[in-house]
Amino acid sequence: MSTQNAPGAPSMRTPLGRVRNLGASHSGTTDFWRQRLTAVAMTLLIVPVLVVVLMLLGRNQAGAAQILGSLPIAVILLLFIIASTWHMKIGMQVVIEDYVHNEKLKLAAVMANNFFSFAVAIASIYAILKLSSGV
Amino acid sequence: MLLSIVHRATGMALYFGTLLLAWWLIAAASGPGAYANVQAFTGSFIGRLIVFGYTWALMHHLLSGIRHFVWDLGYGFKANEREALTWGALLGGISLTVLVWIAAYALGGGR
Repeated sequence: MSTQNAPGAPSMRTPLGRVRNLGASHSGTTDFWRQRLTAVAMTLLIVPVLVVVLMLLGRNQAGAAQILGSLPIAVILLLFIIASTWHMKIGMQVVIEDYVHNEKLKLAAVMANNFFSFAVAIASIYAILKLSSGV
Repeated sequence: MLLSIVHRATGMALYFGTLLLAWWLIAAASGPGAYANVQAFTGSFIGRLIVFGYTWALMHHLLSGIRHFVWDLGYGFKANEREALTWGALLGGISLTVLVWIAAYALGGGR
């Protein structure tokens, strides 16, 4: 964060330097980039993920656990979970920032969004790691 | 214009729909009883309806997202191109959903 110069006072800062990181999100284009990064990741992963889901249909828990515990499938699902929870966290934050104008309510909503997204991510990741370790 | 809102709406639906995915994975890691509960739910009429809706939201959001990505790259802004991308996402989303469910019933015996 920069200190504000008095109006009319000379500044050595470039125009870009003055506005950098000061967009609506206060974090520049980081979220914009990550949203696209995770979107492309999921586009690449969607076919393998669907194949895994179709493989599991009609199987009981023992059969499902065996498939989910295999290394390539666990890795595919872990990548998809990380990409999707990150993507949905950013997406929900954009919606909150667009529609919630009360500053305190917005902070609370953004916090709740972070908690929810992280909880879903950690719970899913823990489940897959548990299945992989065969405990 | 309208589809832009649908993109957001499907995104919001998928946001809460991940709870179903997390529940399913946790149940698989927990044991036969927990997994049977998930299967009882996804096998019920309401459960199937929700999973069908989730499938459509996912497929639509995917294609609609690709549409936005094409625009991000600076292509597809002519009137006819915008129309084609929009209808492609709409009809493609429905088609992919039906295809996935045909595959699901064919492979999983309808479970």
